Amino acid sequence: METITHDILVVGGGGAGLRAAIAVAETNRDLSVGIVSKVYPMRSHTVVAEGGAAAVVKPEDSLEAHAYDTISGGDWLCDQDAVEVFVAEAPEELTRLEHWGCPWSRQPDGHIAVRPFGGMKLERTWYASDKTGFHLLHTLYQTSLKYESVTNYDEWFVTRLLVDEGRCRGLVAIELASGRPYAMVADAVIVCTGGAGKIYPFTTNANIKTGDGMALAFRAGVPLKDMEFVQFHPTGLPFTGILITEATRSEGGWLLNKDGYRYLQDYDLGVPTPEPVKRSMELGPRDRLSQAFVKEMEKGRTIETSHGHVVHLDIRHLGAEVIDTKLPFVRELCLKYENLDPVKELIPVRPVVHYMMGGIHTDMNGSTPLPGLYAAGEVACVNINGANRLGSNSLTELLVFGARAGRAAAEFAANGAGRANGAVLAQAHDEERRLQAAIERQGGRERVSGLRDEMHAAMDEGAGIYRNAEGLESAISTIRELQQRYGDVALDDQSRTFNTDLVALLELANLLDVAEAVLQSALSRTESRGAHQRTDHPDRDDDRLLSHSLAFRTEGGESRIEYDPVTITRWPPGKRVYGEQNS
Amino acid sequence: MTQPVIFEIQRYRPEIEDEPTWESFEVSCRPEWMILDALNHIKDYVDGTLSYRWACRMGVCGSCGMLVNGKPVLSCATYVTSVLPGPVRVEPLRGFPVIRDLVGDITDFVRKLESVKPWIVRESEQPLEEGEYLQTPEELGEYKQYSMCINCMLCYSACPIYELDPDFIGPAVIALAQRYNLDSRDEGSEERKDILLSQDGIWSCTFVGECTTVCPANVDPAGAIQRYKVTATVDAFKALLPWASR
Repeated sequence: METITHDILVVGGGGAGLRAAIAVAETNRDLSVGIVSKVYPMRSHTVVAEGGAAAVVKPEDSLEAHAYDTISGGDWLCDQDAVEVFVAEAPEELTRLEHWGCPWSRQPDGHIAVRPFGGMKLERTWYASDKTGFHLLHTLYQTSLKYESVTNYDEWFVTRLLVDEGRCRGLVAIELASGRPYAMVADAVIVCTGGAGKIYPFTTNANIKTGDGMALAFRAGVPLKDMEFVQFHPTGLPFTGILITEATRSEGGWLLNKDGYRYLQDYDLGVPTPEPVKRSMELGPRDRLSQAFVKEMEKGRTIETSHGHVVHLDIRHLGAEVIDTKLPFVRELCLKYENLDPVKELIPVRPVVHYMMGGIHTDMNGSTPLPGLYAAGEVACVNINGANRLGSNSLTELLVFGARAGRAAAEFAANGAGRANGAVLAQAHDEERRLQAAIERQGGRERVSGLRDEMHAAMDEGAGIYRNAEGLESAISTIRELQQRYGDVALDDQSRTFNTDLVALLELANLLDVAEAVLQSALSRTESRGAHQRTDHPDRDDDRLLSHSLAFRTEGGESRIEYDPVTITRWPPGKRVYGEQNS
Repeated sequence: MTQPVIFEIQRYRPEIEDEPTWESFEVSCRPEWMILDALNHIKDYVDGTLSYRWACRMGVCGSCGMLVNGKPVLSCATYVTSVLPGPVRVEPLRGFPVIRDLVGDITDFVRKLESVKPWIVRESEQPLEEGEYLQTPEELGEYKQYSMCINCMLCYSACPIYELDPDFIGPAVIALAQRYNLDSRDEGSEERKDILLSQDGIWSCTFVGECTTVCPANVDPAGAIQRYKVTATVDAFKALLPWASR
């Protein structure tokens, strides 16, 4: 087994990983960086983000307002010291992206243009038309190519972290084209693999969002934080789950039930006005809008289709010109994937799994409890998103904390940490044997897709927008059973060259581990907060649970949940108020 | 509501066969399915060895380009109903060495992409504290179209020049170079000249225009190439003038 050595390895070539790699290169050009990504970087899921990235830019806006919107949007589960760092560094990070060439949309005088987003008091979302993530990712990727100290390992799949004497010392990855595993050793590893939407059947997430980094860290003994908080975005296209951006609503779109009624007015989100009002109605936060959909469905006021219940998103009144200049991708997606023209027709939408607020437990420098291991982006949980992330904070988060993790790892690696020893290489050889056995296993009775389908059904049933103990317990027992049956999967594909059957098998193990952590964390949190709504515990309980959950993996594979208090600096827990009461 | 469709898929498993072969699958397709949905059905429930790339399933990651009935398309954005009655022939993109089944090797493309310095080149950086470089919507409009490339390689697969001359840097890379050349913040067009004007650069293109026809992101690489030819020609004439500064 060959060994490859770098000072720092970045796992994942999306926005956070590229930003981290550039931060290392800019901090210290003597440090060699390897970016190990299971897809070419421009395929990463950052590419699909549409609406924009938040940072204070208008003179009438303030860092306090951005912090307050984020903290109240997160139902007071955000660590406020981290939020303060986040909002303070956000404008600089977005400006840096501008200097690197990001084609941000502009005002007539050449300054950056901003628009409002859900749960925001003022316009602070920078956007590049409605393909912001696409432009941000390509800008970062292309910029990263100018640093000679950065090497790309594209289409390499990481299967294990190497840990010795309480430190992360590298990883094992398979080069997909050849099927060869390599031991890759480094002084620091930064995990930036994104979310895990694929634990659910209906998600905006790309096929590649299988929680790989979360599972790698989890199995290396690092806790996963606040995993019960899964964001359902209120406006996904039925069947495909393709996201229709919140920008449709910030530009003035309406959500209508089957009677053409703007039903959000019945859910304590304000009164309807023709023009959009910030922090009101359709510009309420995502958790509240998705919950309102469920209530509306229970009242029999949604529309039944062959792909589930939907409501309508109406942007017809915006007119073709606004739609074509500010929301061209929305029109393209509707025409291409739904055969309808939103200039003339209503868009059917339903809530769809979109984002993991939880992730690898880190501090605000991306450090995990395992020395030498860092994480940033959706895979990590700092936690600045609390119990519900505000739209347009995630792109900014991956820049701010990708950069911070890169700088922290560079400092750590520069302090000379010592290289791989025999014990580390022995672990790598163990992993090589495990992979070989997985490929060669004969006579198994299970298929990857069969177990995955059962997992999807269990998560959909037990861990949706509303949960209760009974449903969660039942889902946990299903997942535990699937983890047992996983050992009985035999692959169709026993070759080495670009074996996507093997990748799917390894991803399935990651999905199951992450799903289990989500369920155990959700069962343990006996309150309702943000995106975590328990029908058997309908109220927020600050006395007991103003705390982050930490899921630790135990010997038996089951998660053990502990709690860590939330950091409050300037904004004591209060009631989340949206609608006219707020203005 | 389903319809049986025959898919003839090109297979190549280097550990089993020396040459690509064809394999037929019959799939019951739903009317809302794309080609990719049918492939996923085969992979999940019929034959897990079928190999191809995909990620976003919404036409923006650029992973899932392939030939469908001989035409380069994104398989996630092509309805099965649009290619009926079948049989539907699915092959890897033309012009790239096949690693396996529908997976082509794009390392050469990535090298070419790097070669045109696709990043902002400037003499001096404005400090971040001074804020953004101003750029009017009109200045943005100069290069915006060329910034929309998703690197899906359909244009390479459609390009008759690239098929004959794999050293041609190709439509997407030239469009990307123009994306930076035309950006008001960039000063790097001189540095990109050598490669764009080289034997394998713009002059290889005979303006067939297939690249623009197949582009799923409306980038118009053919237009980018033509525009650069004009710029280069004007520059060349200017350089011949006796008073041209050297």
